[in-house]
Amino acid sequence: MRIIIIGNGISGATAARFIRKWSDHSITMISAESDYFFSRTALMYVYMGDLRLKDTRPYPPEFWKKNNIQLIKARVTGFDKDTKTVALDTGQQLSYDKLIIATGSTPRFFGWPGQELEGVRGLYSLQDLEYIEKYSKDLKRAVVVGGGLIGIELAEMLHSRGIPLTFLVREKHYWDNILPPEESAMVTRHILDNGIDLRLDTALQSIIDNGTGRVEAVQTDKGEQIKCGFVGITTGVQPNIDWIRNSELECEHGILVDDQLQTNLPDVYAIGDCAQLRQAQPGRKAIEAVWYTGRMMGETLAFTICKKPKAYRPGIWFNSAKFFHLEYQVYGSVPASLPTDQDTLYWEHPDGKKSLRINFYRSSQVVSGFQAMGIRLRHEVCEKWLKNEALLEEVLPNLALANFDPEFYRRHEKDIVKLFNQRFGKNIRLQPRRNILNKVYQFLKS
Amino acid sequence: MHDAFRKAGIIIIIAGLGLFTASLWMSHFTLQEKSLEEGLNNEYHYRMTAPFLVSMQGKTFSNSFAFNRALHKALEQGQEAINNDLRENRGLGPSDSEYWSLTLQDYAIQSVKLPVTRASVGGFLPQNAGFVGLSVLLLLLAGSLLYFYPDLKRIPGIANNGTFKSGWQNRGWPGILLGGYLTAFYIALYFFPEHLTGWIMLVDPLSHYLNGNPASQWFMYGLLYTLVIAVMGVRMLLRYRHNAYQLWRTLSVMFFQTCFAFLLPQLLAALNRPAPDLKNIWPLDYSFFFDYRIDEMISSGTFGFFLLFWGIALMLIGVPVFTYFFGKRWYCSWVCGCGGLAETLGDPFRQLSDKSLGAWRIERWLIHLVLVFAVVMTIAVLYAYLPTEGPGLTGRRFFVLSSLLLLIAIGLIWFYNQKAGAGLPVRTVQIGTVVALFVIGIGGWRLISGESYLYFLDHYRLRSWYGFLVGSVFAGVVGTGFYPLMGNRVWCRFGCPLAAYLGLVQRIRSRFRITTNGGQCISCGNCSAYCEMGIDVRAYAQKGQDILRSSCVGCGICAAVCPRGVLKLENGSADISERATALRAIHISETEVRLLD
Repeated sequence: MRIIIIGNGISGATAARFIRKWSDHSITMISAESDYFFSRTALMYVYMGDLRLKDTRPYPPEFWKKNNIQLIKARVTGFDKDTKTVALDTGQQLSYDKLIIATGSTPRFFGWPGQELEGVRGLYSLQDLEYIEKYSKDLKRAVVVGGGLIGIELAEMLHSRGIPLTFLVREKHYWDNILPPEESAMVTRHILDNGIDLRLDTALQSIIDNGTGRVEAVQTDKGEQIKCGFVGITTGVQPNIDWIRNSELECEHGILVDDQLQTNLPDVYAIGDCAQLRQAQPGRKAIEAVWYTGRMMGETLAFTICKKPKAYRPGIWFNSAKFFHLEYQVYGSVPASLPTDQDTLYWEHPDGKKSLRINFYRSSQVVSGFQAMGIRLRHEVCEKWLKNEALLEEVLPNLALANFDPEFYRRHEKDIVKLFNQRFGKNIRLQPRRNILNKVYQFLKS
Repeated sequence: MHDAFRKAGIIIIIAGLGLFTASLWMSHFTLQEKSLEEGLNNEYHYRMTAPFLVSMQGKTFSNSFAFNRALHKALEQGQEAINNDLRENRGLGPSDSEYWSLTLQDYAIQSVKLPVTRASVGGFLPQNAGFVGLSVLLLLLAGSLLYFYPDLKRIPGIANNGTFKSGWQNRGWPGILLGGYLTAFYIALYFFPEHLTGWIMLVDPLSHYLNGNPASQWFMYGLLYTLVIAVMGVRMLLRYRHNAYQLWRTLSVMFFQTCFAFLLPQLLAALNRPAPDLKNIWPLDYSFFFDYRIDEMISSGTFGFFLLFWGIALMLIGVPVFTYFFGKRWYCSWVCGCGGLAETLGDPFRQLSDKSLGAWRIERWLIHLVLVFAVVMTIAVLYAYLPTEGPGLTGRRFFVLSSLLLLIAIGLIWFYNQKAGAGLPVRTVQIGTVVALFVIGIGGWRLISGESYLYFLDHYRLRSWYGFLVGSVFAGVVGTGFYPLMGNRVWCRFGCPLAAYLGLVQRIRSRFRITTNGGQCISCGNCSAYCEMGIDVRAYAQKGQDILRSSCVGCGICAAVCPRGVLKLENGSADISERATALRAIHISETEVRLLD
């Protein structure tokens, strides 16, 4: 069987890797972006000089040869479902038995006047990074628009080079449409501590031309003009499907796929950022443009193709990020505003740089989500609690099981349990931490 | 502003290094014949050499190179005269053993140069050694602190920005220059210490103060080593002040270097006792079982016997027990001097370690070959040292004992390795077994056939080759000199026989492992890039596979640099085998996929 994968990101590469693991089908992976699969989330480290591009490759170049996965660097211009061929911009035609579309996202622009000017760019691809690199030279000031995960990354990147920047965030607090108010405030404080000129509650209105087609300044909705040589647009991403709009592929925001990640066309699948589930799991979105879901989709589809049909089930939601030096992890559901049937136990360290939040149902006391800032949590333990619908009073005494901070770090389980006992007039005691790793394994196996 | 501190710091550091280097040229040298007479400690040699010293008499040389060139020439002429004399007047030639005891040997020429150069020194430096020494120290301290100061003002957190764009951290010309300087220093230290006379004089006052003796090149090196670990340790403390594991670990290596490696031996020397570094363990301390060390210990009464017992206990009990509980990190990144230097001075270069599979292949062979070399050399040396007969430990009995130890070690590896699913490949253990049996077999065969050299070579030659190749070139010149070129753990990774031994215990039977955190890995590559041992950490992390590698020294930097909290160094008695298998859980929430995998 000939399998063609369009896109060499985490979804496509994972699919390729698992198809090879489970079969000896012919696999071809096509990308116009890069020679080899690299970690997109690590692009910022290349700019900041923490890593070289080659360090961000999850597998060494030999890996692909050794596993007989053919890599082609070209742009796919379209495909034909009847002849089952893919057309490349090199003029080449490749035929397939199964086609996997994993073309990821592109930065989303909102039609601002001047958004097409030179010096205005999003951050998603390697080419975006090269563009930003080029415009960073002798840059006097940059403006970053959009208070999400990519926005803060771009702010950190420019800041690492000592480039003065203004960070425009439309919301009242950083990322407050995702983070509850306390965490959002914490990240906001951390951004300010880092010396970033953060403008909250401020949106971009237009980008001003310097007369030669280059950006001169931005105009905000507060009536201010900010002179700058570069504007980073980080107001979200959208599925990268423009190239396929005219095909018979059924699309909405992304390529519509069913439970088994199949499109409306036979033998054509879509995975990762570009796929939109016709029917998302309860509490989940139809498009989840994160690394982890891309990986799971790739793996699930490989299973479907090589073994037997399998529905995509991403399991319990988890995610993580790092805001400058502040680490963030979430397991389960921790929405920005608390649903009325739920309560939250929120502990914050007096220094305002660490916190733990546990959400639970008011009536049943079943835990529904964990969120930590500046503390590392053990994925498998949190997940098991959520999956087992553990009660808060079962979780708290065993909180040490979930800690994943390095050795010698100060532990806060005591303070957290104390807070709970005070708030609810209970008398929960912590289980001893001795030989904790064995207890973790026992718990996971139980 | 911060850049200004860094720049000022660099300029002052360069000034300090400049003055330090220049101090080697701040003396002149006029031959003091008495020192040669004392140094040669052989009336015949001195009498035969004296005529050739005429051209040097009263002459002042402006640097140690010119002086030593003249001295060397005179000594060589003396050597030739002696050889002629032996041949013509006594009828002796190289085939006679008496010839070798009478002739002036090359190593004697080499070793007399330093004391003669020191005694012949004059000019500016001898009068101003204390002043110049203090100036160098203050300049380097002040420059370093200025350079580190911005780290204190920074918000605590990982600070690797710009690492791969830095010339000195990424093999640019400053890095190559620094590597050249360090390499030159080690070559001089091990092979031409007479040219370091200036530096030895700088630390003379302190040596007199601490132990009452003039400084040797080893005192100078030890002091320099300790200061470098202290100063660069401060850098680590500032840089990782958000990370308690790094803080304690760095304080630990600073403590062990200052107290165990430097001060305690000074104190013991002042008390006229044997003065070893008590935390140095055979086979890293490869001379532990050499005749002169054992003689020294045995002749020092109770304390000497304590040292002997301590050294053997550390090696036979300390290493396996501590490594079982904590992994080899208890030594390599918390106690060891080489590790201490690597984790402080070497920290800026950790990203230069080679992560390729090829490097790993070389590593596995090389480090274990050095271990075999150390074992063979030590057995040969001890066999030759011990009496051939008597009621106590004879050479024969010792050989039987060490063969038994080797067999027990191999047996333990087989026994425990079978139990661990994540154990060594059977082929690896087979190779190890065959090598051990060869060591025992060849030694036994030679012993039975009554040969005096168990392993063909004269044990003196064996140990001097080991000292030259492993002790000097590998550990020193390459191990440290190449920091800016090949990373900070070249020696520990490819050459250290103790690391090989610790690594075997860690791999076969230890509670230590690096746990990966479910599915949180984003394959960014920070862990692999900053692993000083060249372990491709990411390859495991992205598969959700717990990590058990014999080379891991447990520095904890992979866990520190991970932006998503994926890695954790842990100890636990639970079996790691299941969690260390490949592709344990990618899609960790999906039991279906995993079951059918």
